Amino acid sequence: MEIPKSFLGYKRENGRAGTRNHVIILPVDDISNACAEAVANNIKGTIALPHSYGRLQFGADLELHFRTMIGTGSNPNVAAVIVIGIEPKWTKKIVDGIAKTGKPVEGFHIERTGDIGTVMKASKKAQEFVMWASEKQREECPISDLWISVKCGESDTTSGLASNPTVGNLMDKLEPLGVHLCFGETSELTGAEKVCATRGATKEASDKFMKTWSSYNDFILKEATDDLSESQPTAGNIAGGLTTIEEKAFGNFQKIGSCKFVDVLEPAEEPKKGKGLYFMDTSSAAAECVTLQAAAGFNIHLFPTGQGNIVGNPIEPVVKLTANPLTVKGMGEHIDCDVSKILSREMNLSEAGDRLIETTLRVANGRLTCAEALGHKEFVMTKLYRSA
Amino acid sequence: MATDIIIHDQKDNVGVVVIEKITSKQDCNCWIMENDSSTNIQSMDEIPLGHKIAMIDLKEGDTILKYGHDIGKVVKSIKKGEHVHVHNVKTKKW
Repeated sequence: MEIPKSFLGYKRENGRAGTRNHVIILPVDDISNACAEAVANNIKGTIALPHSYGRLQFGADLELHFRTMIGTGSNPNVAAVIVIGIEPKWTKKIVDGIAKTGKPVEGFHIERTGDIGTVMKASKKAQEFVMWASEKQREECPISDLWISVKCGESDTTSGLASNPTVGNLMDKLEPLGVHLCFGETSELTGAEKVCATRGATKEASDKFMKTWSSYNDFILKEATDDLSESQPTAGNIAGGLTTIEEKAFGNFQKIGSCKFVDVLEPAEEPKKGKGLYFMDTSSAAAECVTLQAAAGFNIHLFPTGQGNIVGNPIEPVVKLTANPLTVKGMGEHIDCDVSKILSREMNLSEAGDRLIETTLRVANGRLTCAEALGHKEFVMTKLYRSA
Repeated sequence: MATDIIIHDQKDNVGVVVIEKITSKQDCNCWIMENDSSTNIQSMDEIPLGHKIAMIDLKEGDTILKYGHDIGKVVKSIKKGEHVHVHNVKTKKW
């Protein structure tokens, strides 16, 4: 297949391109959710991103909170941002971080004004932003403006056999065209970690990966109360035929094809070494992982599933694919790309990879994903430890 | 000929059922992805889609190979053609 050299995206002030044109209402903390949701309810075409944290956090956990907030607002799929927090200082810190992209952003704090006054002020600004954003047009952008993140979920053995290798085939075909790529799921590489480490493009990248994996594994061993049965693999994984974490890990690892990773990123860290594949240290829980990848600036997500994970994200479209014919049959409304014919050998991996590239570009050009049409907007912050 | 079981790598001692289920005593066609070759096996159990079948006899302590790699240890002996899963295989990690 001749791979298209461009897609239709929204060009942003900082040179990035978006596949979506959202105006978001971003609460800094849990207690500002009500205000953010009220604004989004008032002003049509905006979306609120409520979450559970943002108070009394400290150290690396607080840094991750700010990185996720600022990164989410900075994502090129977002045209403009309203930030609402209880206190002025942290609200301003997030506004200033997002403002570096050059996009419209304004912050509001609730103290001394109350919810109702804040909702009124923020709604007026949100209306201005959404009407401005509604005039933005899609323009031709080089395919290298795609930043593609990947994560699998509710995996079974069909994931490792077919849907994950399909993503790997897409990576092998798109990497030479200069796209950014990202995989994560630190704990779900357990058993395949040594093989994964050999995929570092440099010794530095390989060493950094092993250090990151070991640190996550030490944490799991410290907190584990038994053999993690039904957490890793999950009950769904086991029902689908996956027996051990090692088996799951080698299946997971098929997603990167034959690519090598240029660097290892902290959770929600923006890649800084140019095009190519990056590994990000993330949880293996779907919504947490996608939220971190979106905050790092990825603008389209590929999500292979076996038994049928249904996750979506408010700003980054999540494209689902599966090779499990029972999942296609039973929950087809969640599946954007059906590659189940690989199992019956009526489709080969390269054909499946081409089909996924076509689906990815249609979604990049504006076609809604199943998760978007069904209203999936899971925005889940990663919290590293208890608050002070 | 329809494929009932796919094996990732020539070295693997398990295969994956890729039809809705195989029944006990079924003669199954297996395809090895790595080198595009074929083989056959008779099943000893009913095994559903996505679950694994033992390609050889395996005894306690043996290593299960899939993708050509170690994915766990046998904790209860398994006969060729039997269902391989959490009742007879455990992780070597955690």
